Amino acid sequence: MAALDNTQIREPEVREGVDRETVETVASMAGKYKHGWETDIEMEFAPKGLNEDIVRLISAKNDEPEWLTEWRLAAYRRWLTMEKPLWAMIDYPEIDYQDQYYYAKPKSMTEKPKSLDEVDPKLLETYAKLGIPLKEQMILAGVEGAEEAPAEGRKVAVDAVFDSVSVGTTFKDELAKAGVIFCSISEAVREHPELVKKYLGSVVPQNDNFFAALNSAVFSDGSFVYIPPGVRCPMELSTYFRINAENTGQFERTLIVADKGAYVSYLEGCTAPKRDTHQLHAAVVEIVALDDAEVKYSTVQNWYPGDEDGRGGIYNFVTKRADCRGHRSKVMWTQVETGSAITWKYPSCILRGDDSQGEFYSIAIANNAQQADTGTKMVHLGRNTRSRIVSKGISAGKAQNTYRGLVSMHPRAANSRNYTQCDSLLIGNRCGAHTVPYIEVKNTTSRAEHEATTSKVDDDQLFYCRSRGMDEEEAVALVVNGFCKEVLQALPMEFAMEAQSLVAISLEGSVG
Amino acid sequence: MAGRREQIARARAEATGARLAGQALPSGGAWVTAARREALARLQALGLPDRRDEYWKYTDPTTLSAAEPIAAALFDLKGEPPMFHEMDRLRVVFVDGVFDPAASDDLALAGVEIERLATAAAADIHWARDLYGVLEARGQEPVPRSLATHNTAFAEDGVLIRVTGRTEKPVSLIYLHRAETSDAVLHHCIRLEPGAELTLMENGAGAARFSSVLEVEVGEGARFHHVRAQGRDHERRTHTHIFARLAERGVFKSFTATVNGRLVRNEAFLELLGREAVAHVAGTAVGDGDFHQDDTVFVTHAAESCESRQVFKKVLRNGAVGVFQGKILVTAEAQLTDGYQISQSLLLDEDSQFLVKPELEIYADDVKCSHGSTSGAIDPVQLFYLRSRGVPENEAQGLLVLAFLAEALNEIEDERLAADIRNRLEAWLARHRPA
Repeated sequence: MAALDNTQIREPEVREGVDRETVETVASMAGKYKHGWETDIEMEFAPKGLNEDIVRLISAKNDEPEWLTEWRLAAYRRWLTMEKPLWAMIDYPEIDYQDQYYYAKPKSMTEKPKSLDEVDPKLLETYAKLGIPLKEQMILAGVEGAEEAPAEGRKVAVDAVFDSVSVGTTFKDELAKAGVIFCSISEAVREHPELVKKYLGSVVPQNDNFFAALNSAVFSDGSFVYIPPGVRCPMELSTYFRINAENTGQFERTLIVADKGAYVSYLEGCTAPKRDTHQLHAAVVEIVALDDAEVKYSTVQNWYPGDEDGRGGIYNFVTKRADCRGHRSKVMWTQVETGSAITWKYPSCILRGDDSQGEFYSIAIANNAQQADTGTKMVHLGRNTRSRIVSKGISAGKAQNTYRGLVSMHPRAANSRNYTQCDSLLIGNRCGAHTVPYIEVKNTTSRAEHEATTSKVDDDQLFYCRSRGMDEEEAVALVVNGFCKEVLQALPMEFAMEAQSLVAISLEGSVG
Repeated sequence: MAGRREQIARARAEATGARLAGQALPSGGAWVTAARREALARLQALGLPDRRDEYWKYTDPTTLSAAEPIAAALFDLKGEPPMFHEMDRLRVVFVDGVFDPAASDDLALAGVEIERLATAAAADIHWARDLYGVLEARGQEPVPRSLATHNTAFAEDGVLIRVTGRTEKPVSLIYLHRAETSDAVLHHCIRLEPGAELTLMENGAGAARFSSVLEVEVGEGARFHHVRAQGRDHERRTHTHIFARLAERGVFKSFTATVNGRLVRNEAFLELLGREAVAHVAGTAVGDGDFHQDDTVFVTHAAESCESRQVFKKVLRNGAVGVFQGKILVTAEAQLTDGYQISQSLLLDEDSQFLVKPELEIYADDVKCSHGSTSGAIDPVQLFYLRSRGVPENEAQGLLVLAFLAEALNEIEDERLAADIRNRLEAWLARHRPA
């Protein structure tokens, strides 16, 4: 009896610290969709609609060489013959591809400002809201001499893509010293055509799928990264994507090439204003990893998810693929999907090189009327290739959340390994959680393991938290964060913090 | 310009039309004629499956839906006793898909009404009207299972069983193959009245091409046990469908052992419609060489507190292919569902393939659902352990394979049936040992 008394007295003290921290963390995340503002910046639009002239116009605006214009046109012609995929468990009205702007550019980009004072204040406001440090703001705004200004805190090179155009890249000089090329893809086409020509479309061909073909035809900008042989990129690279203008589709294209023995960690973040209409986002990300190269690609996808009734929000149709071309290469995808009305996204790894490795860590949260159909493909072609998939799906409100994945071990991929774990959590009884894995093992020495579970938030855990003074929403956020821990741990530091708070925000209003 | 999807749909309609041209529905009484006509209309709307269907991603249905079957050599058991031969059972024998009264027992058993479909079809009214083709039609959503619809339209034989009490012995359907190019189409309906109990056995390859549909209605608190052995080392091409509907506290347990065969597709479509219903489907498949075996299972939980289990184990060698497509659907009403699914394969040597698609689709929040799937070779550590204890390599391998199959074999409730099947699997392992 005495022992029991002791524990009862001691335990609240131990829990106190954790409680307070959780309460504070949760309190600091007040507000629903934080990035729902819209910046009223003068924009230059191409006419609405899509035809060969628009494709040529986008190409001309970017001063592209003939071969790229032709490449785009070939993609456009191919797209016309394709049909949109219907297999995903998502339901959305027909998209009118002629009712979109395919090109929008902030006007203030035309002349270079001398200092931050001359920069369109609205643009600066945008950067400040995105949480970009001052020095990076100057560089992004194209202020002359910004590179020399003193930097604060931890270094992360940022490339910001505003609607269709990359507005600026930071830390260029420092990266150049290491030999790293990090710039917008339009700049890369001008400055490094041989690299772009060699790798563009080599992982995701123009005709790969309906949305990739559309992207190939009309992509307006995006980021380009090249890490030369043996170089460890000195800082994390980051892209912020922002859709701002109304009725504007965003089609960025990212190409990352890690040469032999190179290493890079790349972060991607995205936000959009609150609007009543749906906006289309169809991006393509291509990653090439040569011998011994390693690429980490982390995404915190926080596009506007639409309101409780499913009005507005981004339609996110993204093709992401990594080609582990070299032996012993490694690619790691980490994603936190909290936004978008519709998510259609399958970051994949083609494990071509012997001993190459692919990893996929994902948290997909769908609340209210959101629909997410996301997962990965691990295609084992080389010998001794390894892959690991950890997927955590959380559904709340009226949302539908599907994990769809493929693990394929080809006959030549001897001694390959795969481990897949996909767990789903349901909050409330109007939502759905689905798992659609494909596992194809075509040789004997390989081993594939797949596990999936679906459960609800454990009542005992909730009760425990509630009895310690948390309100129900906080308790759910804490339990869910625990459920996602394995994935959160795979994220780089800054992102892990942001992601953790996002998990809580995304679930707001899901209880009760 | 017509889109690709339209072109495919048109091609399917044309192929189905060509396949059905000149094939007349069998004649019969009013109830069966109505059911057959409905099935034909359904079939024309659905179209026959082809390789492009997602549902047939891993198995080619061409030889199953073709007009003519491919010949299969007759298989001689060479004095080996047939399955279940020592058990006391009511034997119902079909030769190449036709009921053989001389070889069968008298169709009389306390608590059961057994009737031949060909006989019942001559009547104008029959209780089977509420079942025949009815459960099959329910099973056409969300994916068409049109081979079963073809069976409903054209089957001329089978058994109709109504169980009103606890049966004293099991009913055993025996399928014999006598003509090399035979094409058997059998359709069985079973209704278990509340509280009734029946064990049904099926064995034998039956024909060069064998199609069977089994529709089972499990009433309140009724129990249905089903154990099936699909012949051994036979060149058959087989597709079977089970459609079952369970009322409150109904129990459905089905086990299938597949030993070789060119092409076998076993589908099960189970609906748990009453509270606390229990459905288990399990299977072991062992294949060597030119063997393709596919288990496709769809379980719908539509009521509270139901339990379902799917346990499938496959042992594959010399280019054998094993497929498993399993799905658990939990509707929003089906709170407190317990759903479990496991599919595993042992690949004994190079070239074998294991292709799996285990799916969950869940709309209720208070559920416990899990699925697992693994594929790999025999664990060298376990093999080493047994070798170090003096067990010869061949025997050690056999032991580990049996241990691997055990979880599925444990699903058979009747010990004698389980022992019989275990012995057959052991014999297969002995015959198919690597040199």
